[in-house]
Amino acid sequence: MSNVPTDRHYLSSHEWAQQVEGVVVVGISEHAAEELGELVFIELPAKGDEVIFETQFGEIESVKAVSGLNSPVTGKVVEVNQELIDSQSAISDSPFEDGWLIKVEPAIDSGLDLLLDHKTYQAQLDGS
Amino acid sequence: MKKTVLNAAHQRHGARLVEFGGFEMPVWYSGLTDEHHAVRQRAGVFDLCHMGRFEIVGDDPVAALDRVVTQDVSRMKKGQVRYSLVCNDEGGVLDDILIYRLPDRLWLVVNAGNRQKLLHWFGERLVGAKVIDHSEELAMVALQGPLACSLLAPHIDRAHHRAVADLGYYRISRAQVNLTGTPIDGWISRTGYTGEDGFELYIPSGSAESVFDALLDLSDDVIPCGLGCRDTLRLEAGMPLYGHELSEQQDPIGAGLSFGVALDKEGGFIGEPALREVVARGPGRQLRGFVVEGKRPARQGAVILHDSRPVGVVTSGSPSPTLGVPIACGYVDSSVSEEAPLEVDLRGKSAPLSPHPLPFYRRTAETAHSE
Repeated sequence: MSNVPTDRHYLSSHEWAQQVEGVVVVGISEHAAEELGELVFIELPAKGDEVIFETQFGEIESVKAVSGLNSPVTGKVVEVNQELIDSQSAISDSPFEDGWLIKVEPAIDSGLDLLLDHKTYQAQLDGS
Repeated sequence: MKKTVLNAAHQRHGARLVEFGGFEMPVWYSGLTDEHHAVRQRAGVFDLCHMGRFEIVGDDPVAALDRVVTQDVSRMKKGQVRYSLVCNDEGGVLDDILIYRLPDRLWLVVNAGNRQKLLHWFGERLVGAKVIDHSEELAMVALQGPLACSLLAPHIDRAHHRAVADLGYYRISRAQVNLTGTPIDGWISRTGYTGEDGFELYIPSGSAESVFDALLDLSDDVIPCGLGCRDTLRLEAGMPLYGHELSEQQDPIGAGLSFGVALDKEGGFIGEPALREVVARGPGRQLRGFVVEGKRPARQGAVILHDSRPVGVVTSGSPSPTLGVPIACGYVDSSVSEEAPLEVDLRGKSAPLSPHPLPFYRRTAETAHSE
């Protein structure tokens, strides 16, 4: 059973968002990381790029397949986890902490209020 | 979704299960890369029960089969195993199979996803013989890797007391499997889909789980291996996978499989006239191997470009655990020279392709015995 922290919100496509001092940190859930397996490549937006709620902002590739990354928030990218470009192991080892992907300055219509809470996301995982 | 008789064993060994060929199969247990290296360097166990195990029976099953497969079965020695295609009338590939000519019977192993299609095809097209599906009652597990022979040999009694080590490459023999405390009558072949030395065991389904576990208990060097590494191992070894390199629209000549097509065999076979034509005018496209520059693998369907013009398509691609770079194979129009610079379109970004001869990997210690 994979971990679902209670202090953040989720997309049904397994990305998480956490608001920290006015910035939204974005990553993928432990469940998603486990499903992907060994990672070999990631493509993330650049600082300053716009990301849009429920719209693809990057790609993550495992040994077996490529998956799109959907943004749980609309806004402007203020920081990118550069360490992931060389090695994506932090995503597998620590998807909710060291494996964060981008930090976003949310727009007014950020979409954050539409995210699933941890209970709803947990229920989705339990049902699958 | 169907399950093999080893499904419970996979769950016990912590497999991640996915759908493949209509079956719930392990894609990996500990991890694809670890399992890949285990097979290259030590030994790994695979569940192959999803594959179809057929028998051809009749007054002259060899002659009947010869009319519907590309290989020359009549020239196979007893105890020999050979690779073959089953083609449609247009020369497209319905499946790629192994033919086992046993002393007293004729067997085929076919791909999981093509089982029903081939049962139907053989049922319709075999003249004077019929096909029997033994897939349910007969299980199939593989032990692959450089340690496979030394680990397995003490536990196998072959007919006439011949040693397992003396079983030639692509040979099959009756065997008593003494892995579980109870002798199990079955067959052993020196075959595989990994590019390593290794064996495939054919045993009654009721004993499959105990044999699977016993193989894993042979040594700490042996680990369970999923279809994920089976795919990367076969890709490195330059072996085609149905649905990737092969389809009903693809001839075996352009796929580089002429060695499995006996155009000269007496009596002809389904697809032979069409394949003669392909050989005469040359295949329109040919399978080639590539190393993809950069870190990003090219996947099936990625378009191959020359001067920004589409000239081919990737059929399989993956990071190569052995070579440490992304490798791919794909079809390129025969009009494009081997030296022409090629790129692959990776979802809008292009990456250069360096030609690499197939196979990408060939084991050094050959175990081609003659018996």
